[in-house]
Amino acid sequence: MGYEPISANAAHQPTTIASEPRSRQKRTMKAAEALVEVLVREGTEHFFGHPGGATLPMYDALYHYPQVKHYLVRHEQIGVHAASGFARATGRPGVCTGTSGPGATNLITGLTDAMLDSTPIVALTGQVVTTWIGKDGFQESDITGMTIPATKHNWLVHNEHEVASTVYEAFKLAMHGRQGPVLVDVPRDVYQREVEFDPNDVVAKHSYRAPSKPSAESLRRAAEAILRAERPIVYVGGGAISSNASKELIDFALTLGAPVATTLMGKGAFPETHELSVGMLGMHGNACANYTMHNTDLIIALGARFDDRVTLKLDAFAPYAKVVHVEIDPAEINKNRRADYPLHGDLRTVLQELTPLVKGFKKEQIAAWWRQVGEWKAKYPLVYYQNADTILPQFAIDTLYQLTKDRHPIVTTDVGQHQMWTAQFFKFDKPRKFITSGGLGTMGYGMPAAMGAQVGCPNDLTLCISGDGSFMQCVQTLMTASEHNIPIKVFVMNNNHLGMVRQWQELFYQERFNAVHMPNQDLARIAEAFGCVGLRAKTPDDIERTFKQALEVTDKPVVVDVFCAQDENCYPMWPSGTAIDAMIIDNPKYAGTTLKGVTR
Amino acid sequence: MKHTIIALLENEPGVLNRIASLFRRRNFNIESLTVCRTESPDYSRMTLVVDTSETDAELVRKNLAKMINVIDVQDVTHEPIVVRDLALVKIKADAAIRAEIMDLVQIFNAKVVDVSPDELVVEVVGYESRVDNFLNMLRPKGIIEMARTGRIAMPRCGSTPHTPTAVLDGHLSLTNDQ
Repeated sequence: MGYEPISANAAHQPTTIASEPRSRQKRTMKAAEALVEVLVREGTEHFFGHPGGATLPMYDALYHYPQVKHYLVRHEQIGVHAASGFARATGRPGVCTGTSGPGATNLITGLTDAMLDSTPIVALTGQVVTTWIGKDGFQESDITGMTIPATKHNWLVHNEHEVASTVYEAFKLAMHGRQGPVLVDVPRDVYQREVEFDPNDVVAKHSYRAPSKPSAESLRRAAEAILRAERPIVYVGGGAISSNASKELIDFALTLGAPVATTLMGKGAFPETHELSVGMLGMHGNACANYTMHNTDLIIALGARFDDRVTLKLDAFAPYAKVVHVEIDPAEINKNRRADYPLHGDLRTVLQELTPLVKGFKKEQIAAWWRQVGEWKAKYPLVYYQNADTILPQFAIDTLYQLTKDRHPIVTTDVGQHQMWTAQFFKFDKPRKFITSGGLGTMGYGMPAAMGAQVGCPNDLTLCISGDGSFMQCVQTLMTASEHNIPIKVFVMNNNHLGMVRQWQELFYQERFNAVHMPNQDLARIAEAFGCVGLRAKTPDDIERTFKQALEVTDKPVVVDVFCAQDENCYPMWPSGTAIDAMIIDNPKYAGTTLKGVTR
Repeated sequence: MKHTIIALLENEPGVLNRIASLFRRRNFNIESLTVCRTESPDYSRMTLVVDTSETDAELVRKNLAKMINVIDVQDVTHEPIVVRDLALVKIKADAAIRAEIMDLVQIFNAKVVDVSPDELVVEVVGYESRVDNFLNMLRPKGIIEMARTGRIAMPRCGSTPHTPTAVLDGHLSLTNDQ
């Protein structure tokens, strides 16, 4: 964004690119270089951003640090989503940057997304020079003011001696407790001032204590409730993944032998192909999971926040249940649903202490419960009715799953019908494999997140499942991905519509379709224009061959334009604000069909 | 019911903005809010009154406690506390009613802090209900303008002090466990 006149002298300065970090000794340097030293110290190898006037000093410092690889995104939103994909695939903070003004404001969507999905991101922005702050100078925006609700915390650094320590603290805070995004805003003149800096001695202003642990008494009471439960459910959210608690979660669930349901964000924390798994909860979740939740007598909520997409009508949700709520963020406890047994602490640590206390759980006491849950599981599978002519998105996604499941791919999605179908038909047996915009529902998240995830996990097969609406929102991701030969594989369920909005207009607005039709898109040609491979799948017969062809591409991004049925709706559907009896399990359109359904 | 919450904040620019933003975003309705300096220049102290349920007051406290610039938060509603509110009232007081006003000033142990031939400025301090009563008595006489501090509160003698030193020495926890 914007530009700065380049002085004649600057162009002639001798430059050398060091292959090793510069001397890691205390020395005089510009604050911008001290900042980059902190990035190196924090292990930042990948950095997504777009330069501009106010961040030029930082980019100039980066010039000497080839070990911090920069990816030039074509819009800052892509940078922040890429940092998010990187963070969620690797478990380490993602780092992104934008310049002052529009560069910074373009980050806000991605920061808000990361805030709601608890994704650790460090965003670095430039600010106008100190003397011009508050004077409405060129490309000034009050980004710290604007991102107060979109970050865990942010800083505007006035003092050059505090730049490095603030960025260091930002890394600490992003990962501390409930993870999330932070932002550091540095005025251009502050970047340029000289400081005495010792890369080996950086101290943050605040110290962050380890998250508190629940008391022995509260653990004992929760364990007693669990031991008494006759119809328990383990309700797993994204916190199980953030806290790297999969192993402990599996131990815990196997100890009880209880049904395990995950949220959209929790997918993969517990192996979904395991017999204890009852699938995904919520609006478009598995009917079995929702019935199990509704009829349970004890919800064991692990790193989940009783979001409206899971509870729907809150006061009709799980009416017979007591609640054990294990949660790292105390402000989540009693926010939506009162916790009878609150356990405030890091999920992994809490489970390590809780599991031994429930070792005596008698599996016979839930045998009747399992008979009931098993009945639901058998009675309400996912089903789709593929015909010979037109591709159903469910069929395409299911086929992609069957083709790739043995490789445990990382799968990102955008937002809408394709996202829900991917969540339904892709089963994940490992954490950090399913990366989607859960809380904010950000169309355009999928491709940047796939790029970031692929950069962080270069050996993993990385797929992005998108829709034609979402694909266009951050389409220029393809330029950066092709420039760096990042071999993401993008499968666009192209139904020439904003499918989910179309579905709501059909069901709740008496088919008054408005502003949802998007004709004449040739996505394969768009991909080719960006230097990617573009493929098309036009009929059900094309699917397997085209997908295999796409999966063989390893040196550049590939986009598969999947020509889908235009009017297929996503079921089960449990409309917002309703109780569970309003859940519609099967698509009424296929009632009495002679087509053979595929069940999963 | 009315909850009184005391918080110790870092004395930095923008902290009040962050707190205001939290209340707006979470839809917490503030009855009164006072922020002032403490005995240490690095910290300021906030007294907050919210009229809300026990559950929501707990959420207010927990959300405040999460903020980086908030050092300590305590809901002191159910603790023995001393509470004060101060009002300055400018009132019409010509010769015809001045004596009557002066009677009220005396009854409420208030203080005249400025005077002109037709007006008085009166200062009254006490529990809010006492200030309310005084204002109710004055209102028919014609209040010209009025300013109030809102509640400030302090736990009574013998309880753990809410001071920077107490927090930094570890007597008070940064966040409260369940």
